[in-house]
Amino acid sequence: MRRPTLLFVPLWVTYVFLYLPIVVLVVMSFNAGESAYTYEGFSLKWYGELAADERVRNGLINTLVVAVGSTAIATVLGTMLAVGLARHSRSKTLDALALMPAVLPDLVLAIGLLLFYGVIALTLGHYSVILAHGLFSMAFVAAVVRTRLSGADTSLEEASRDLGAGHVVTFMKITLPQLAPGIVAGALLAFTLSLDEFVIAFFTIGNAEPTLPIVIYSMIRFGVTPKINALAAILLLVSFAAVIIGQRLTRIGEGRSAEG
Amino acid sequence: MRSELKARPASPSRGRRLGAFVFLSPGLTYLVVLLLVPLALVLSNTVFRRGRFGGVVYEFTTENFARLMDPLYLGVVGGSLRIAALTTAIALLLGYPTAYAIARLSPKWKTIALVAIVLPFWTNFIIRVYAWIILLSGPGLVNSGLAAIGLGPYELLYNRGAIVTGLLYSYLPLMVLPLYAAIERLDPQLREASANLGASPFTTFRKVTLPLTIPGVLSGCLFVFVPSFGNFVIPEILGGNKSIMVGNLIRDQFLKARDWPFGSTLALALIAVLLVLLMAQAWMARRA
Repeated sequence: MRRPTLLFVPLWVTYVFLYLPIVVLVVMSFNAGESAYTYEGFSLKWYGELAADERVRNGLINTLVVAVGSTAIATVLGTMLAVGLARHSRSKTLDALALMPAVLPDLVLAIGLLLFYGVIALTLGHYSVILAHGLFSMAFVAAVVRTRLSGADTSLEEASRDLGAGHVVTFMKITLPQLAPGIVAGALLAFTLSLDEFVIAFFTIGNAEPTLPIVIYSMIRFGVTPKINALAAILLLVSFAAVIIGQRLTRIGEGRSAEG
Repeated sequence: MRSELKARPASPSRGRRLGAFVFLSPGLTYLVVLLLVPLALVLSNTVFRRGRFGGVVYEFTTENFARLMDPLYLGVVGGSLRIAALTTAIALLLGYPTAYAIARLSPKWKTIALVAIVLPFWTNFIIRVYAWIILLSGPGLVNSGLAAIGLGPYELLYNRGAIVTGLLYSYLPLMVLPLYAAIERLDPQLREASANLGASPFTTFRKVTLPLTIPGVLSGCLFVFVPSFGNFVIPEILGGNKSIMVGNLIRDQFLKARDWPFGSTLALALIAVLLVLLMAQAWMARRA
């Protein structure tokens, strides 16, 4: 059957719309001139300036600290929550509650947490952002691990218990290895979401040193320079690589569990 | 051995309850303390007075709701609704044929096409918005392109059009994915049967494809509308100071005016609009 080419016009429109800004962003990062609008020849000077920018470097470190901390919380609690909800509870209310942080608008979460931190008189800092990011990341980890759990075979766990293994041994030796690909995928998702998160961090970081998205936000408000483009190009490269590696990882994980 | 066998009937339920406690209590405690308590604070703040130097004075008042009814603020809420609705409509008009085309590709190309739709979504949100400053600004690429065909230059940045463009760019993948899932699930034989019975392609689309993919349409619209309506970053970066949305208003009440009770009331209005939409979506999905 001949494919009508007209059918694919919207597809190309969408791709041009999605990728034109990215291409322009990257091209302008190599601009020799001072402007982010008009290209004046090739240069790497903005990358050099970026490497020398202490604010960007610190922002990156702060972002990583927050992402690692919140991912650790979210992965442990989210996995336990998923197992608990799937195996030990039939409550629809608890299911909905566990998903809520992922569904609520980030602004609502942000102001709620700001009010809460104010009431308990917590001085804002990186840990308050870690706790906040842990909250919505936990919802995503729990959701990803649950899809994995619903496909998992419970007969292995029953066999393990019938053979005399306790709940703890069964969980560590049977359930957890079965869930591993889901947990890794959930943790990767949590990590990426935290790296990119702006609104909640902006509200709950107080006067502490800003994370990278907040640094970028203030750079943009200050003015448009090709230095932001250089930073954008590097972040694009990193996140594209992460997505592709993540895809490979989950495919390997799925392949293995299908064989075993 | 025998005593263990005897003990078994009692242990599963006790083990189950213990398991439920061990697995659920840490996560649920976290959800109660950092989600439900903060939400209760937002809710309760709406009936209290603001402190003279920020903060909250615990005296009952309805003045926050009275202020919300002020045409100035209702106008901002209405304006945000219009911007979010326009964004959602364009996303649907562009997203539906895109998802439809992807669903018609071969399995290998389907995966590639879908990854290409989602990929920009995984890059930094603020940088994606920033890219549009460069494209839409006075000497930017869009105006250069228009000049080449003898048009413009136009004021493209810092207006509603720029906000809608930025929102559309940020959330279009959230429209395409559920639409794709819905269209992909359709049995191609239904379309063939309709064609064999003499229906034109347009009639087939209107009477067969579209009604069966309504749940996907509704999810996609919700996924685009929700983050658009409560957004404050995109209107701030691309909208300049001229057009504010309800998200900017909430942000300002909390971080600038330090009127937490009124900020909470605006947030409650935001949640209320979204809840109404969520219920409308559930109702329409059940009828479809």
